[in-house]
Amino acid sequence: MSEEENSMSEIENQEQNGGVPDYIMDLEDVPSKLPSHLQVLKTRVICNMDAPQHTDTLQYSGVYAALRVDNSVRLDSFCNNFKVEVKRFTDDDIEFDMIGIDPAIANAFRRILIAEVPTMAIERIYIANNTSLIQDEVLSHRLGLIPIDADPRLFEYPDNAGGENNEKNTIVFKLHVSCKKGHPRITVKSDALKWLPNGSELIADNTKPNADSKAKTFTSFSCSQGSRPEFSKKPPGPYNLDIILAKLGPGQEIELEAHAVKGVGKTHAKWSPVATAWYRMLPEVILMKDVKDDLAEELVSKCPVKVFDIEDIGKGRRKATVVNARACTLCRECIRGGQEWEDRVALRRVKDHFIFTIESTGALPPDVLFTEAVKILEDKCERVITELS
Amino acid sequence: MDKESLTAPVKTAVDKFQLVPEFLKVRGLVKQHLDSFNYFVQTDIKKIVRANDRIQATRYPHIYIRFLDVRIGKPSITMDGSVEDISPQTCRLSDRTYAAPIVVDIEHTQGSPDNLKKEIKRNIIIGKMPIMLRSCCCVLYNRDEAELARLGECPLDPGGYFVIKGTEKVILIQEQLSKNRIIIDTDKKKNITASVTSSTEKIKTKTTILMEKEKMWLELNQFPKKVPLMVVMKAMGMESDQEVVQLIGRDPRYSLLLLPSIEECTKNGVFTQAQALEYLDSKAKRPMFQNTQAEKEGRAFSILRDVFLANVPVHEDNFRPKCIYVAVMIRRIMDAILNEDAMDDKDYVGNKRLELSGQLISLLFEDLFKSMTTDVKMVADKLLDKSDKAKNFDFSRILVSRDNISPGLERTLSTGNFEVKRFRMQKSGVTQVLQRLSFISALGQMTRVQPQFEKSRKVSGPRALQPSQWGMLCPCDTPEGEACGLVKNLALMTHVTTDEEEAPLISLCYSLGVENMEHLSGEELHTPDSFLVVFNGLILGKHRRPRRFATAMRKLRRACLIGEFVSIYVNEKQCCVYLASDGGRVCRPLVIADKGISRVKAYHMKELKDGVCTFRDFLRRGLIEYLDVNEENNAMIALYEEGATLETTHIEIEPFTILGVCAGLIPYPHHNQSPRNTYQCAMGKQAMGNIAYNQLRRMDTLLYLLVYPQRPLLTTKSIELVGYDKLGAGQNATVAVISYSGYDIEDAIVMNKSSLDRGFGRCIVMKRYVAVRQKYQNGTQDRILRPNRAADPGGNMQILDDDGIAAPGEIIKPNDVMVNKQSPIDTQTHGSIANLPDSAYRSSNSTFSKCHGGEVVDRVVLCNDKDSNMCIKLLVRHTRRPELGDKFSSRHGQKGVCGTIVQQEDFPFSEKGICPDLIMNPHGFPSRMTVGKMIELLGGKAGVSCGKFHYGSAFGEASGHADKVETISETLVRHGFNYSGKDFIYSGITGCPLQAYIFMGPIYYQKLKHMVLDKMHARGSGPRTLLTRQPTEGRARNGGLRVGEMERDCLIAYGASMLIFERLMLSSDPYEVQVCRKCGLLGYYNHKLKTGVCSSCKNGDQISTMKLPYACKLLIQELQSMNIVPRLKLANA
Repeated sequence: MSEEENSMSEIENQEQNGGVPDYIMDLEDVPSKLPSHLQVLKTRVICNMDAPQHTDTLQYSGVYAALRVDNSVRLDSFCNNFKVEVKRFTDDDIEFDMIGIDPAIANAFRRILIAEVPTMAIERIYIANNTSLIQDEVLSHRLGLIPIDADPRLFEYPDNAGGENNEKNTIVFKLHVSCKKGHPRITVKSDALKWLPNGSELIADNTKPNADSKAKTFTSFSCSQGSRPEFSKKPPGPYNLDIILAKLGPGQEIELEAHAVKGVGKTHAKWSPVATAWYRMLPEVILMKDVKDDLAEELVSKCPVKVFDIEDIGKGRRKATVVNARACTLCRECIRGGQEWEDRVALRRVKDHFIFTIESTGALPPDVLFTEAVKILEDKCERVITELS
Repeated sequence: MDKESLTAPVKTAVDKFQLVPEFLKVRGLVKQHLDSFNYFVQTDIKKIVRANDRIQATRYPHIYIRFLDVRIGKPSITMDGSVEDISPQTCRLSDRTYAAPIVVDIEHTQGSPDNLKKEIKRNIIIGKMPIMLRSCCCVLYNRDEAELARLGECPLDPGGYFVIKGTEKVILIQEQLSKNRIIIDTDKKKNITASVTSSTEKIKTKTTILMEKEKMWLELNQFPKKVPLMVVMKAMGMESDQEVVQLIGRDPRYSLLLLPSIEECTKNGVFTQAQALEYLDSKAKRPMFQNTQAEKEGRAFSILRDVFLANVPVHEDNFRPKCIYVAVMIRRIMDAILNEDAMDDKDYVGNKRLELSGQLISLLFEDLFKSMTTDVKMVADKLLDKSDKAKNFDFSRILVSRDNISPGLERTLSTGNFEVKRFRMQKSGVTQVLQRLSFISALGQMTRVQPQFEKSRKVSGPRALQPSQWGMLCPCDTPEGEACGLVKNLALMTHVTTDEEEAPLISLCYSLGVENMEHLSGEELHTPDSFLVVFNGLILGKHRRPRRFATAMRKLRRACLIGEFVSIYVNEKQCCVYLASDGGRVCRPLVIADKGISRVKAYHMKELKDGVCTFRDFLRRGLIEYLDVNEENNAMIALYEEGATLETTHIEIEPFTILGVCAGLIPYPHHNQSPRNTYQCAMGKQAMGNIAYNQLRRMDTLLYLLVYPQRPLLTTKSIELVGYDKLGAGQNATVAVISYSGYDIEDAIVMNKSSLDRGFGRCIVMKRYVAVRQKYQNGTQDRILRPNRAADPGGNMQILDDDGIAAPGEIIKPNDVMVNKQSPIDTQTHGSIANLPDSAYRSSNSTFSKCHGGEVVDRVVLCNDKDSNMCIKLLVRHTRRPELGDKFSSRHGQKGVCGTIVQQEDFPFSEKGICPDLIMNPHGFPSRMTVGKMIELLGGKAGVSCGKFHYGSAFGEASGHADKVETISETLVRHGFNYSGKDFIYSGITGCPLQAYIFMGPIYYQKLKHMVLDKMHARGSGPRTLLTRQPTEGRARNGGLRVGEMERDCLIAYGASMLIFERLMLSSDPYEVQVCRKCGLLGYYNHKLKTGVCSSCKNGDQISTMKLPYACKLLIQELQSMNIVPRLKLANA
């Protein structure tokens, strides 16, 4: 009990002093680092055959106080250690390593990417005619899920305009396809969606058309979107032009107008800018013992993703080495086959090294998506700070 | 070296699976129904007409009408005198009956009685026969897919049902005990009985012989009490006791058992036939009306000839066959007494016959045809009595005008109440509306076998799984609850036989060495080593070399010289050879093996695959034969060729065919606990999915569809055979087996909101509404008006089109008008009908009262009903996404409701970025033991990673129709998964890995039809019942939620008395009564005097006002009406 109280008071001391007193650190027998076995537990997830161990991170600054080790998060060390390395970058996806960050923060980015980065998606559909087989709701649902290639940063949320649909918050598309009688069936694809820069062409019939003023449509654009320079370069439209929307038989017709608005994935998955975004912790495969000769061969053949390779160590002897730990999918094949294999190979995950993958749906390039996510997190933090102060 | 193993022939395993699809191509899934109906239409109907082909006038026997031929024409309809061909789809849409004319050719006399001419008339329509879809009379018969599509029909639809007044009706297969067979059983008093239910064209009777108090008795309906059997024997001319004993068999034990009966006979003083008949005459029931002929012969004599064992024919009053038959019955009773094993099992499938639609309709048709002929005869007699009419009498004219056949058939099929007066037969619930909930539910209904037993009986015997059901009836597919084990389903390869011509078979038997029993003395009948030959329950005679006889018959059958469904069964115990060619036996095809070597070789299968030969050729070449349940007892059937020994005579085609259609959908059912498969069989029928290819052209009252149905990733061979891969009812969901959020207890599942957003589990509910533009007696009719949208105060007319009917595509709001209809106020008096003023009409709009929001008018169909009123059918569509409380189920009897819906970012994700669609609690596994579900998950996961559908057919591992877990695991490992399917998962909430590997992969999930939207209900105040003034019951009546007995008990125990008072009285039926303190009776309140008055004391002096439940007041008054006086004693509290 007394020890505990002591330690408690020490912690208080530390907090008062803003950390470990300097004189203690100066003493010779005080360890400045954790012992290696604890260091492993702190920084690695141990993936045993039966279950992963030590998966969580220790947030509390004083967890290792008894060992005189400070566990507090320090901005300077974060700044020094944090690294981002892009491994793969294409139009649609990006894979990068995020090193030196807590899983909670990495996860925050993932969550924001999925649910809070806005995009444009079709929200309202005005069907003038649909004689096709597909039901109105189902067609609307399909249209809604089409990724729209329009930069959401150029638009406002619809609630800002007080329910009015203007050129700042709505993109209008038209779809008018028909299959003539006597012709074979046609497939309607997303390329049939045509952008209407001047807004809706359908007349809202609940208002009486006045003779003098123009008939009221479903949008009230004050100017054409086509005049905006961003759009003159690249008009908005579906990102993929080969999404099948419907099939029309002879004599069938679809005529509709689709209004895309800005929204976030939290409300509906159609606004999610990513197909998915996820991370995995960097695999670490360690051979605890030397695996030689036939065993080495066995080990190499066991792994389906070629993590191991064989190294000649002379005299006709061979030794297994880890060459591509990053490829490990944690199928645990290498440690299957008894305790002795579990003793030979240790599968681990580095807790602060994330291999982050973002698959964009197309509205924004994946790298922009990530910076957007960072901005949103920044905003949130600022909001918290302002709320607190 | 072992000599035997060297000489043993070489076995090679042949993949015989291809035979199953070939079989189904030939026989189809509902072939039993079609065969039965085809038999009726092609053969039976002609037989019936031939048996009753002559109608003649009573007074002038030479005036007659004779039916020469009968045929069923093409399905058509007569509209305003013109005949139009119809297709089933038009009948469904326009509420008509899909029927074809019954056409007869007749020969009749023409002219006056003195001057008769014979005349032949052809193609006279005497009625209309409802036609079974896809039968030989149907327009869909032998059509290819394109032609079916043109007729608006789904090519996968099996047919086998009728369309009666627009609704699809199935005649369920009825299970009955065999007719005309001796069945040894015990009655309630544990007496051993032998009973025969005789069924001939003329009569249906039941004869029972029983052994009571050591004496033999006969029980027959015509004798009020049981009569001594020996007297009956004597009455049939068996006067010598010795001959009786000889007929039964000379074994002294038999004679010993028979002795008391013989003594009884002598005690009654019956020695001769005459005495016996006299004795029986006194015992017989007095007939209701005098039958002169029977009276002349003696009642007992005619009973013995016509009723007693009616299935044994009596020619020229020769009773000998009946005597032998009785002797055989006695012998079998005595065998049963001496040896318990000789008892028959009533539940044995071989003692059962399945009655199919053809038989039922033929029974009905026969009855209707006979009543028509008597009807025609009566009318003819009446006409001929008038001399002036008789001059130019045309029989055929009456025939045409009398049509009671079509309404009779139609009524019976639409109500399901079979009534055949001749046999005093009354059955209800024979037909059912075809369930179009899912494709499987419709198919499942076609293979359902309904029992004749009453369901309430608490016996386990008929409910238990019979070993003889193997391969014939599905062991899994049976409902739970009261009909458990009684209602069965046919297995995949089962065939139900139809009747076959008996006479050629009988003469064949005689020429194969059967000694006619007529020529045998009693002594010779039972000589050892000779077997009785029994054909369809009729004793033909005996054969000295029974096995040789059986082999010869079987050879003939395999050579297709006799019908393929004739069964030959040698019963060693009873020393009998049973031959059967009657209808209703269940049988199945098996591969013939010689000394354990399959006759089907690889090259045969290759020919089959190449389409060179068909299943029929296999039958014809004697590679395959049908065995019924009895003959299976003579066969040694090996499951696989590897298991065949020298004794093996047959080899199964495929083991998974022991399961039926519904159980065939389950992957790896042989790894599941058996009740789970049974549950799935029941649940598969409730799953939503695709119904048929023509589902969007149908107008069913209620239709459930899935928006994006999928084909199961883990299929079975049955699924492909049945067509479930084309008309699926479910979706492949990625399932993670974790406990998550606590909203997944008790089998609830957690769903991913993004999956739902993307269309998982989305379904369409279509409901039909009908409005009729009625015509009235006085010539007036309803009118449908163009809506005045401008003057529409309630805003309820907005969805109406210019024609006054709701427009397709309009979204419905509550209380919207569907048809703007007006009815004339006066529908009785005749007057000027034209141009009735607007004031003569009142509005009779039909509105959409119950509305969830989001319903859309899908289609509007106009048609004429049978009274040629215009019928407006509206189909209302509602697309629903899954919500909290909707029911889902996997294919392993694991149902659960949606417990909560969680955002995708909160869901766990795997190393590969996979996020599950739903989460299932691991506690669902240990007690349910559905290992098959786990293998499905593994197989599905391997399937998506290697891009190939995996198979999980029942018992398929040995024959390669199910992937083994080891190979699945290898595939998983090859694609970087753990061999056990358990992934390294990160929590979506904390971002850290989970401390366990998670079992995750795709499982086929079905959305079941039970949805909260249709069930949720609450009410504050609302309607009350008239009688008790208590709140109504049930959601449909907007009823209250009952505080029941048990809830009340809880409140009493808790002491919440005021709450009880409030719930049971104030919120229910409070009522104020006037009670007389003096007499204790209820008085009334006089509003004029503003006081209470007691009507028995005639004053209002001692009246108190009190509150009590109205139900209590009602009780008091009801008691008073029964002369019981309840008095209330009031005291101050």
